[in-house]
Amino acid sequence: MSFLEVKNLNVEFNTTDGIVRAVNNVSFSVGEGKILAIVGESGSGKSQTVFAMMGLLDNNGHATGSVKFEDQEILNLPNEELNRIRAEKIAMIFQDPMTSLNPYVRVSEQMAEVLVHHKGLSKSDAIQQSIIMLDAVKIPEAKNRIRMYPHEFSGGMRQRVMIAMSLLCHPKLLIADEPTTALDVTVQAQIMHLMAEIQKDFGMSIILITHDLGVVAGNSDEMLVMYGGEVMEIGKTEHLYENPTHPYTQGLMSAVPRLDDANEKLITIPGNPPNMMLAPVGCPFSPRCQFSINTCSIEMPNLSKVDESDHFRACHVAIEELL
Amino acid sequence: MSSQTILQVENLKVNFNVTSEGDMPWTKPKKLQAVNDVSFQLNSGETLGIVGESGCGKSTLARAIVKMVPTHSGKVIWLGNDLLELNKSEMRRHRKQIQMIFQDPLASLDPRMNIGEIIAEPLRTHYPKTPEADVKLRVSDVMNKVGLLDNLVNRYPHEFSGGQCQRIGIARALILKPKLIICDEPVSALDVSIQAQVINLLMELQEEMGLTLIFIAHDLSIVKHISTKIMVLYLGNMVELANSEDIYRNPRHPYTQALISAVPIPDPKIEKQKDLILIEGDLPSPVNPPSGCVFRTRCQKAQRICSEEKPEFIEASNSHEVACHFHD
Amino acid sequence: MIVANKNKIVKLAENLNADEQTLGRSLWADAKTRFMRNKAAITSLVILILIVLFSFVGPYFAVWTYEQIDWNTMGSAATLGMPSIETGHYFGTDDLGRDLYSRVIQGTQISLMVGVVGATIAVVVGTLYGAISGYIGGRTDQIMMRIVDILMAIPFMFVLILLLVVFGRSIVMLFVGIGLLSWLDMSRIVRGQTLNLKNKEFIEAAQATGVSDYKIIMRHIVPNLLGIVAVYATLLVPGIIIAESFISFLGLGVQEPKTSWGALISEGAGTINYDTEWQLLVPLSFFIVTLFCIYFIGDGLRDALDPKEDNY
Repeated sequence: MSFLEVKNLNVEFNTTDGIVRAVNNVSFSVGEGKILAIVGESGSGKSQTVFAMMGLLDNNGHATGSVKFEDQEILNLPNEELNRIRAEKIAMIFQDPMTSLNPYVRVSEQMAEVLVHHKGLSKSDAIQQSIIMLDAVKIPEAKNRIRMYPHEFSGGMRQRVMIAMSLLCHPKLLIADEPTTALDVTVQAQIMHLMAEIQKDFGMSIILITHDLGVVAGNSDEMLVMYGGEVMEIGKTEHLYENPTHPYTQGLMSAVPRLDDANEKLITIPGNPPNMMLAPVGCPFSPRCQFSINTCSIEMPNLSKVDESDHFRACHVAIEELL
Repeated sequence: MSSQTILQVENLKVNFNVTSEGDMPWTKPKKLQAVNDVSFQLNSGETLGIVGESGCGKSTLARAIVKMVPTHSGKVIWLGNDLLELNKSEMRRHRKQIQMIFQDPLASLDPRMNIGEIIAEPLRTHYPKTPEADVKLRVSDVMNKVGLLDNLVNRYPHEFSGGQCQRIGIARALILKPKLIICDEPVSALDVSIQAQVINLLMELQEEMGLTLIFIAHDLSIVKHISTKIMVLYLGNMVELANSEDIYRNPRHPYTQALISAVPIPDPKIEKQKDLILIEGDLPSPVNPPSGCVFRTRCQKAQRICSEEKPEFIEASNSHEVACHFHD
Repeated sequence: MIVANKNKIVKLAENLNADEQTLGRSLWADAKTRFMRNKAAITSLVILILIVLFSFVGPYFAVWTYEQIDWNTMGSAATLGMPSIETGHYFGTDDLGRDLYSRVIQGTQISLMVGVVGATIAVVVGTLYGAISGYIGGRTDQIMMRIVDILMAIPFMFVLILLLVVFGRSIVMLFVGIGLLSWLDMSRIVRGQTLNLKNKEFIEAAQATGVSDYKIIMRHIVPNLLGIVAVYATLLVPGIIIAESFISFLGLGVQEPKTSWGALISEGAGTINYDTEWQLLVPLSFFIVTLFCIYFIGDGLRDALDPKEDNY
């Protein structure tokens, strides 16, 4: 039984300026207990991909394709059935914990609500469980702090509360959408360390969405690189870092300054991220790609195998010609 | 390029008055020490990177240097003049030489003005008698320098991407050919591939125009890439100041060590073997900072002396200063 | 890794820039497009323009002036003063035999003028006062706003009536009185918006550049206020027309024989029982339709100028 299998996922939005395709024919899978990182910049469609999976698209959004979780098709499930999967099987945490938590309600209420609603616990039992979970995410003095309001916690603490909340029903899959982007780097290290520990303890799978190549390097088994709504490259994280075979991946790797390098000039990718309102023809990266050939701006390349492992790339230009 | 000191900041202190919730209207407001006793020297052509996390006071420090926030005490000596002593019109003359770039590229541009007007504003403000044709020429010149095409002059900020907006901000800062540019988190709001473009641009311009930069950011990788010297701030206090390479190879302060260890390196092999130094807990309240060393509440090396005596900022080795009783 | 080909990259960069067609699209242009899509607002705008045109062009079709008395119908308005094309009294006559068509035109002119002029005074004074108070902040702001608070506490009607009684009834007095007392709300709103703008980075940028406070207010703050001022001004106009109508209804408004909607409605209301409904209905309809139109336009302006972020 495959754990999570996404096939040919498409997401479109009906806007006043026409139909915008945010995600185009995206396929990937996540194994049990594995961590998949989805990397991309603005307009890559990485967030819309997971929103579609969880049924969180805006009203004018429309998803097609297949998302199978434990062999059950969950894409476009009606809300009542989806609610049984959300929180209990698949949980999600977001970038800004301040807006994910209701500022007018105490943390204890918000956490207890999850257990009362999903597991049918009594309020007092729910609060007990919540305190245990807050301890697990290392919130000091959880018993006292749980009665506080979200704004009384710091950014890092709030994110821990979110993580605790998402773990209450012991989900099998955690989707983290840019969980540390808004946090200081030392707090980010704490949170990622925490997530790694929890992942081991609970045996969860994680989909980690981020734009930070450093975070991906230290916290994922596999990675998926997206650009302009398409998959550019997908494979084991170590392989992609050692041997990126797509011009965009290569470009990203050289454009990021590293703490341990000797200040050589950064090799940039010229141009700007795509404006998804103007539907790109062919490969969305071709306008910025220095290796692009004629075919690139006409036809979107299919995923081709790179080597024996599950390493795929979507590019018309052969690997050898990418210097 | 001559290496003379153009900016010397001495014992700068910036305080804010804050009222906390539940206070009565007549309760005396508490003092928040946003910047506490910061001193440094900047030579022509150098780039000083200022790093620190939320609440460390780096943005306040930048604004204090250009007198955009009131200072409590200290000196900001620019080319021999203490800026803090000058009145408004005297200060105005010096503002031509010190410009600033901001974090949110779109928000730093007036949405109702086209970019030609935005870029020309400093020129029109300080040299109002410049003929129109000259203004247009200067604007066009500086736009080319930052990689923007001339024909975009009539466009409005919302029509540009983040990276382009930041270029417009840089063009505006350059039009008066300043000596010093203070960059307050100029790339944090940009996409990764665009960050690299803007950083390269700043470094090229620095070399071409002989600029001195103060570069403020929380991303240590970027700061190290662009800076010659780095200053680390924690809760308004200087904890370490050294050359970039030196501070990376040989961090002496526990906070700097934790900070460097926390920065993720885009290399799975290195990351998996990394010895992560985790600092636990939260930032203390800046209204009620810990006695003695402000970092002691989260420091693994803390001893009793750390709570009794604030460590002096001393030179531990050649051009490498640190404030710690137990520095390496 | 990649060895970048500098020429190709420069070319790419140029191509990317050249791709963008046409001249700059200011935020006003965007707002205009959005406004045009709002059916209620456009319909209202058209109707309002028609009413204004009517007040200019209407007199050319009038048979009677607004003060001429038709001796035939005087006293028997109920039977002979009905609206009819033959007598030339398109809207009928009032009790004194004066032509209602011309009087309504006259009233429209006066009421609209009071509304617009009053709103203009309120906008100019209120905007400057609020922007300066908000931008300077601190003690000055506190004092300026307390003055506004005190002025607001004074019963508006009472003062206006007092002014009219003391200085005599005149249109000018009406304009000045209403305008001077309507700027208070506007100044509060503008001050609030200025406080909001003050913290934006482009204001910081201007300060860092060394632009003078006065220039910052006039060049950066006021243009960015115009959106909210325009919207609020459209709320102000009906308010002023209603205030003027109320004054006239009380008998303290414009001097006879000049008239306004309020005066006409007042007279019309007084004769309801005498089978002369048109005397009330005609000016009342003009009044209501105009106010509705202005409200819809104001609503349309607000939606046009303050859209949600159009992010994909």
